[in-house]
Amino acid sequence: MFYRESGDFKSSYAADQQTFPIKFDRIAIYAFVAFLFLVVPFFINDYWEKSIILPVLVWSLAALGLNILTGYCGQVSLGTGGFMAVGAYASYKLTTSFPEMNMFLVIIMSGGITALVGIVFGLPSLRIKGFYLAVATLAAQFFLVWLFNKVPWFYNYSASGMITVPERTVFGVAVTGSNAPPWATYLFCLIFVVVFALIARNLTRGRLGRSWMAIRDMDIAAEIIGVAPLSAKLSAFAISSFYIGLSGALFFSIYLGAAEPTEAFGIDKSFLVLFMIIIGGLGSIFGSFIGAAFMFLLPVLFKNIMVGGFGWPTDMVQHLIFMLVGGLIMFFLIVEPHGLAQLWRVTKEKLRLWPFPH
Amino acid sequence: MNTAQNTGDALLSLKNISLSFGGVKALTDISFDILKGEIRAIIGPNGAGKSSMLNVINGFYHPQQGEVWFNGSLRGPLKPHEIARQGIARTFQNIALFKGMSTLDNLMTGRITKMNTNIFWQAIWKGKAEKEELEHREKVEHIIDFLEIQAIRKTPVGRLPYGLQKRVELGRALAAESKLLLLDEPMAGMNVEEKEDMCRFVLDVHEEFGTTIALIEHDMGVVMDIADRVVVLDYGKKIGDGYPDDVRADQNVIDAYLGVSHD
Repeated sequence: MFYRESGDFKSSYAADQQTFPIKFDRIAIYAFVAFLFLVVPFFINDYWEKSIILPVLVWSLAALGLNILTGYCGQVSLGTGGFMAVGAYASYKLTTSFPEMNMFLVIIMSGGITALVGIVFGLPSLRIKGFYLAVATLAAQFFLVWLFNKVPWFYNYSASGMITVPERTVFGVAVTGSNAPPWATYLFCLIFVVVFALIARNLTRGRLGRSWMAIRDMDIAAEIIGVAPLSAKLSAFAISSFYIGLSGALFFSIYLGAAEPTEAFGIDKSFLVLFMIIIGGLGSIFGSFIGAAFMFLLPVLFKNIMVGGFGWPTDMVQHLIFMLVGGLIMFFLIVEPHGLAQLWRVTKEKLRLWPFPH
Repeated sequence: MNTAQNTGDALLSLKNISLSFGGVKALTDISFDILKGEIRAIIGPNGAGKSSMLNVINGFYHPQQGEVWFNGSLRGPLKPHEIARQGIARTFQNIALFKGMSTLDNLMTGRITKMNTNIFWQAIWKGKAEKEELEHREKVEHIIDFLEIQAIRKTPVGRLPYGLQKRVELGRALAAESKLLLLDEPMAGMNVEEKEDMCRFVLDVHEEFGTTIALIEHDMGVVMDIADRVVVLDYGKKIGDGYPDDVRADQNVIDAYLGVSHD
């Protein structure tokens, strides 16, 4: 087996603490990212873009954000849908108020605005923990959706109450609206996901990440060791909301194109993202991706097999999928309560000893 | 008090500390000091207020009365993390490690007060953040060597046996390079061999780094062997203070530990 670390000696601390310490991992991941950037854009079509790749990218970003808050800092949040709505409406208001603004900047500023909102709704976390905090963030979910429904300023007084993204270009290529080519929207999202996944990894492995994990694991000891709970918790809320805002902005402006808050950013989205990180693995960057892919792609896969392959009626398949996915979630949680990322870690450990387990 | 034998000034002095929770008086009018460079033991029967005393010292409890002088100045009502920054580190009676993190990360968290790259540099990582990380990693590796826990460097501490967890916790407190190290029952629940190891570590720390140590311990043999001076609490009051031999001979202390016959 070539997947092993023997012979791969580290002679400096820098080499020891790199992101992918095993050489095979490193090469595989670089190759994969190169594949995503250099090969996929030439082959991507409308179906793959709209039904598979874009949503997975967007949900991965949302899962990454929630994982920073819940997985790394231990603060449970059910406000993800609401924060995504903030990102979506921020990007809408920004791009309609300043049509000349670069779309990259619009999305990043939407994340920034969501971070500020996240800090406000993170304030209760200084007093309450666990389920009680979840209920407090639930208030954020309902309040924000209500706000975007009620205040016409947010949807520019449109008659339908919906927000629709105007066509915007980056380097002369449309990335929003119906004329945007699949490869452009795909690359636009991919850049955000890759860059911010890297940033998430960097933040979680250093001082900030340790202060979050310390608060998660034992908040009293963390405080006595010198972690300021206020700044640790609020920075987790801010950064998590930033990511979720990014994903909300991308979800609306690149993927959906038009949105209405109750439908697009309801409580079911909060739960969906929470399930993604629980299935994928709390406190794992890789887990965020694999969880998002699992929760989003599994129904698509079943649907293609059953409707496309067996020719079963769509409504029956719909219900079957609910049962199958539910069953599989339970199965995976029983097999490995710490999520798919842990399952992967265990597999790697086994592979390392294969074929001579001791 | 006769302090001629010790190295000099008080690092910490507590003056007339009283602490109560509602009607329960945890500490009543307690004064004592910890000199620079000494090992000071706090002993007493269960419920005597020893842990409350430590909690007052590192700012987790705020006494209703009394003053805490640390490093030559009167300390205001600071939060625990601010006090950590001033140079007080501690271990806990019931292990309070970060269970989901590796040994290395636990120790690195101990150095958190010394790290200060801002969030933008951390997001970029290459450059300032990595440099800082490596500098601290070097210090932490020194402690890992010292405590002989190289083999468990990357193991999540939740998976370690109790004795090793205690050792990692000591390491985390050492990583802070504090002026004052508070050890709350570092040898509780250990067998003789582990206790001997731990004693050796405590003494080595004291000698190698010159750290001032205050420890709570129930094992009198240990206390009498390694402590420079001992303070004895009972029912929240101070009933003895002095050199181990004097304390051992003190009638009040003997009564508190063995009980008094009322005949």
